[in-house]
Amino acid sequence: MSDEQPTRVSRRQVLGGAAALAGVSLAPGLFLVQAQAAGTGADSSVRWGLLVDTTRCPADCEACVDACQAENGWPTGEATEHPQWIRKMVVGTGERDGAEQALPVMCQHCADPPCVSVCPTHASFKRDDGIVLVDKHRCIGCRYCMMACPFHARSFVDAPVTAHASEGNYPRGKGTVEACTLCVHRIDRGEIPACVERCAQEGHAALVFGDLNDPDSEIRRALRERVATPLRGDLGLDPGVRYQGLS
Amino acid sequence: MAARIRYRYLGREHPFQWLAALAGAALVALGGAATGLYLITAGHHVTGMDNQVVWGLPHVFAIALILAGSGAFGIAALAPRLAGPLGHPWGRLGTAAAIALLLGGLAILLLDLGSPQRILAAVWLNPLSSFSRNIALYTAFTAIALIHLGALIEPRMRRYVGITGTLAALVALLLALNVGSIFGMLGTRPVYGGAIMMPLFLASALAYGTAAFALVWQAVLRSQGQASPPAATAWLAMALLTSVIATAALLVLHFLTLLYQPDLQEAARFLLIDGGAYPILFWIGVVAIGIITPTLLLLRRPARARGRALVGASGCVLAGGLAHLFVVIVGGQAIPLQIFPGREVTGAGFDEEAASYVPSAWEALVGLGGVGLALAILLLALRVLPLTVKHLPDEARSMHADSDPVTRSGSEAGEPAPS
Ligand code: SF4
Ligand code: SF4
Repeated sequence: MSDEQPTRVSRRQVLGGAAALAGVSLAPGLFLVQAQAAGTGADSSVRWGLLVDTTRCPADCEACVDACQAENGWPTGEATEHPQWIRKMVVGTGERDGAEQALPVMCQHCADPPCVSVCPTHASFKRDDGIVLVDKHRCIGCRYCMMACPFHARSFVDAPVTAHASEGNYPRGKGTVEACTLCVHRIDRGEIPACVERCAQEGHAALVFGDLNDPDSEIRRALRERVATPLRGDLGLDPGVRYQGLS
Repeated sequence: MAARIRYRYLGREHPFQWLAALAGAALVALGGAATGLYLITAGHHVTGMDNQVVWGLPHVFAIALILAGSGAFGIAALAPRLAGPLGHPWGRLGTAAAIALLLGGLAILLLDLGSPQRILAAVWLNPLSSFSRNIALYTAFTAIALIHLGALIEPRMRRYVGITGTLAALVALLLALNVGSIFGMLGTRPVYGGAIMMPLFLASALAYGTAAFALVWQAVLRSQGQASPPAATAWLAMALLTSVIATAALLVLHFLTLLYQPDLQEAARFLLIDGGAYPILFWIGVVAIGIITPTLLLLRRPARARGRALVGASGCVLAGGLAHLFVVIVGGQAIPLQIFPGREVTGAGFDEEAASYVPSAWEALVGLGGVGLALAILLLALRVLPLTVKHLPDEARSMHADSDPVTRSGSEAGEPAPS
C-alpha cells in the first residue's frame, strides 16, 4: 500500500480487518462509523445491513452502480457477460402491476447464506459482522455459489483482470467468483459503503447503512418506523439488505 | 461343475488395431486437456460463457460420465450376484470401465474450474457442500475400486472380493445419490425438483452405466471376433430396460411435481413446451431417443438376446442421457430466477428473459476429452491387465475346448466361476 494510494488495502487487511462499532448519523443515509483498531477481527456483536428506500430511488439513476464500479474496479458492460456487483432493477412494469419500483440489487449478505453452505473450499464465508465475502485465494471457480444464490448477486471473472480493473480496492482475479463486499475495506476504516455515500451525494439518500444489532443505529430507527421487507423472504435466508416500499 | 474362467489381455492378438484405438482416444483426450488448459489461461469468456448459464456442456459430459461410472460399477457388482455365472466374468471389466469413466468425468470437472490449481491446496473441504462430498466420494471410490480390481485379479487377495465389492458398490451408490443432491439441494432453483433428483440420478446412473458397460463389452467381444453370447446379452438387455423404465417413471414424477405447483408451471412449460431448443431436446432426445427407442428395441424377448439390439439401445440411452442432463442442467439455469415472484421486471438480461445458451466448440472439446480419457484408460487397462474372457460360462463347453495360445488366465489356475 503506497502513500499515493491511501485507499488501497491488502486482502489480508480486508478479510481480517476490524469492524467498526458505533455510528454517528450526519444526514439521512450518511453517517460515520468508528473504525476499530486493525488486527482485532470482525466484531460479532455487529451485523452490518442496508435499507433500500425504493420510494426515493429513481428508475433512471445508476449512481450506486457507478460508485461501486469506481470503488471496486469491476468493468462496465452487459451483466450477463461481465461481472456485475450491483445492478438496477425495475419491478412491476406489467400492466397489471401498476406502479413501478426501482431498486438496486446486490449481494444481500444473508445471515444464512446458501453460497457459503455449498462452497466446497470454504472460499465463500461470512464474517462475524455478517458480511459475506469470497476468499480469492481459496476460490477454485466452480461456480456452485452462483448456482445457489437466489439473487444472481455473484459473477464469475472469466477474463484476465486488466490493470485498470485491478485498481479497485478489493482483490479481483481471473477464474474466481466475486460479489458486493458491502465495501468491507471502507467499513473497516470506519467509512460507509461507496454506493450509500454516492446516493446521498446525488440527493436521493435512498440507502441507509448501519448496524442491524444496534437499537440506536439509524437503520434500526428507520426499520422501526417504516415497513421494509427482504427479497424472497420465503426462502428464510435473513438477508442483511431490506427494501422499503416494495408492494 | 465349476467352470474355469480364462481371462485374457486385449490387444495382444491385434496390436495395431488396439494401438490405433488408443491413439484415437488419446488424441481426443489430449485435445480436451489442451482446450481446458487454454480456457483456464485465457479465461472462460472465450467459450461465450455468461453469468447465467455457468455450468454448460462440460458439466453435462462430466456428470454423464460420473453417473455412468457409478452405474457401471453397480452392474459389475450386481451381475455376479443376480445373474450367477453369466455375470461373473463382468466383474473385472465392469470395475475397470467404472474407474475409467469416473476419471474421465473428474478430468472434465477439473478442467472446467476457473482455478483448478487451488483444489490441490484445498485440504479443508466443506462437508456441507455436495461438491466437496463428491470429491471425497470420487477419491474413495477410485481407491476402493482399484483395490477391488486387485482382489479380483490377484488370487492371494481374492478372499477380500466380497468386502471390497460391497464397499465400492456402497460408495458408487452414494456417489450417484450425491450427484443428484448437487442439484436437488439447490433450494433456490426449485425447477431441479428437490429430493426427487437423488433417486432420478440413481436410476439414470444405472441406465447410463449399464449402457456404457454394454457398449464396452460388445466392443471387446467384437475385437475378439466373438458373437454376443445370447443368455448374457439378454440379461444385460433386461437390466438396461429395467433401469430405463425406472428412469422414465422418475422423470415423469419430476415433471408432474413441477406441473402441480402453480409457481413452477411456467418453468415446466419452458422445458417441455415453449423453451425453444429445450423442449425439442426433451421430446426428441430424452423421450424418443433415450426412452422409447431403447424400450422398443429391447421389449421383445428374442431381441434382447441379440448383441446388435443391445448396442443400439445402449447408444440411444447414452444419447438420451446427455439430452436429459442438458435439458435439466442447462435448461434449469436458463430460466430466470424469481427474485420478485409473479412480477415483471427489467434489469440485467438474466432478470428478464431465458438465457440462450449455445455450446461452443471449446466446451464440446473439453467434454469429449473426458470421454477420450476414459477410453484411453480403459484401453490401457485392457492391455496390461487380464480383464476379458474369450468365452462366457453360458458357453462353458466350448470354453473348455478352446486352446487359444494367446488366452491367459489372470492367475495361474484361472478363476473358478460359481456354478
Ligand atoms: S445474496 Fe447470494 S451471494 Fe450474497 S450472501 Fe446471499 S446467497 Fe450469498
Ligand atoms: S466458485 Fe469459489 S466461492 Fe463459489 S462455491 Fe466455488 S470455490 Fe466457493
